[in-house]
Amino acid sequence: MRAALTASTLVLLLTGCGAGDDQPQQYGAVSSLPEPQRGLLPSMKIAEPVPWDDALPTVPAGYRVSAIATDLKIPRQTLVLPNGDILVAEGRGGSAPALKPKDVIAGYIKARGTTSMESGDRLTLLRDADGDGTYELQTVFADNLNAPYGLALHENNLYVANQDALVRFDYQVGQTEASGPPTEIIRLPAEINHHWTKALTISPDGRHLYVGIGSNSNITERGMEVEADRAMIWQIDAATGAHKPYATGLRNPTALAIQPGTGQLWAAVNERDELGEDLVPDYITAVREGGFYGWPYSYWGQNVDDRVRPQDPEKVASAIVPDYALGAHVAALGLAFSSPAMGERFAEGVFVGEHGSWNRKHPVGFRVIFVPFSNGRPAGDPVDFVTGFRTDDGKTRGRPVGVTVDPRGALIVADDLANVVWRVVREE
Amino acid sequence: MTDTTTTYRTHRNWPNPLHATLLAGTVPLFLGALLSDIAYYRSFHIQWSNFASWLIAGGLVFCGLAILFALAGMLRAGRKPRSGLYLALLVATWILGFLDALHHARDAWATMPAGLVLSVIVLVLACLATWAGLSEPRTGGER
Repeated sequence: MRAALTASTLVLLLTGCGAGDDQPQQYGAVSSLPEPQRGLLPSMKIAEPVPWDDALPTVPAGYRVSAIATDLKIPRQTLVLPNGDILVAEGRGGSAPALKPKDVIAGYIKARGTTSMESGDRLTLLRDADGDGTYELQTVFADNLNAPYGLALHENNLYVANQDALVRFDYQVGQTEASGPPTEIIRLPAEINHHWTKALTISPDGRHLYVGIGSNSNITERGMEVEADRAMIWQIDAATGAHKPYATGLRNPTALAIQPGTGQLWAAVNERDELGEDLVPDYITAVREGGFYGWPYSYWGQNVDDRVRPQDPEKVASAIVPDYALGAHVAALGLAFSSPAMGERFAEGVFVGEHGSWNRKHPVGFRVIFVPFSNGRPAGDPVDFVTGFRTDDGKTRGRPVGVTVDPRGALIVADDLANVVWRVVREE
Repeated sequence: MTDTTTTYRTHRNWPNPLHATLLAGTVPLFLGALLSDIAYYRSFHIQWSNFASWLIAGGLVFCGLAILFALAGMLRAGRKPRSGLYLALLVATWILGFLDALHHARDAWATMPAGLVLSVIVLVLACLATWAGLSEPRTGGER
């Protein structure tokens, strides 16, 4: 398919990368982090995309997986509606210009690991009217959106986080097409949009919306000025559109979810690159109101990032250590709390969609994991839930993004490389 | 290129105008990179670091083309100590300039201070190479 890329992988490496072996990733509470390191070039390993053909992802025994929608235009996040219909947000955003020769070269290389599909900029609705597991209806619910990503529903309000604005549709159960264009609630920070995804969730009472806004750089290399209102989670009043920063210093909060029962906000956050194979761990964390989580000045608490000038020791001192490390570079883009409907083994915990690494010799991520919880807190190492996104010979069939739990007992996984939505259910 | 060969045969290694422009052009490019690095070092303003990166890239293009001319000149003129030194200085400029470019591909302050130090070294080498390349040519068996 890509003749120019005859080698299955493109490896640009690497001097002075210490041990160089594949260290086991650290999960959960991190006791000690490795020293930052970087060779002459950052580790880059992009796996060549290949189609699934007849292959399927791998799921645990007692579960089966099927593709319920294909030929989508970059599916990212999904939402299960009260009648079981599924909405899929499709698109690609960002308008970050290349500032250095490095950006031109790295952009070209990274593009080889993503889809060449045009941005959908729309919501697609999937319906399985007879409940046989086949979603026979695949129709455009709304289009002409701007890189929609986060989705949330409360009663008749369907909220969509475009890359530049939070908008609301009036939604009636059973609708297959929006009754009109959406109403804008508030503009969202969209200048440059280096990290363009706007994650979204809503409080159980429907009063507050939470929007994750990623940083405008890896580590301030686009300047401090463009980081105003970035790397934070906004709390937005659903009625008035008034907003405030709810938590800051979160480099790229790519997925938000409310913990059932407690109403606690959780976030999946992608941490910084180019500090080595095993730095910095991406994480999930319960988000503390008013909390500062380090970016850009420090990571995983008080570990100062020397690449930032001017530094800010006071902010570093206030930085919160996140709850649960997922491993460096896994690129967690999906987060969903499970329910007993998913089966006993997976009843309490979260599913996390890991898009997969680029800044690592031995790729990590490219899977959906389950992080078990006990008494409302993460407890134990993650368990593979959906794997097989990479082939044994190192090519990539798909890349998981959003994960959503269907309360009737299914996990919905968006795959933005194969442009497919997967559904994992328990076998009868 | 072969036309210029004929024209300058009597002058041995004296660079033709294009060669001279490429060679001398490395100096303001690498000088600009160094000044930009200094500005970034003093101001923390990232745009100076971006300028430095592109100026180094430009310097590498000019330097690389000058190396090709120098090689061609050497092949034509036979091996002379002077042209050997010139070529060696050019190649050293390019190699260290390339290292400098890689170092400038790091994010934000990670370019510092090594990027600044490398830019100083590269500028000095570029000046020496230009001096060697543009010095009055001596003809006939010196020494």
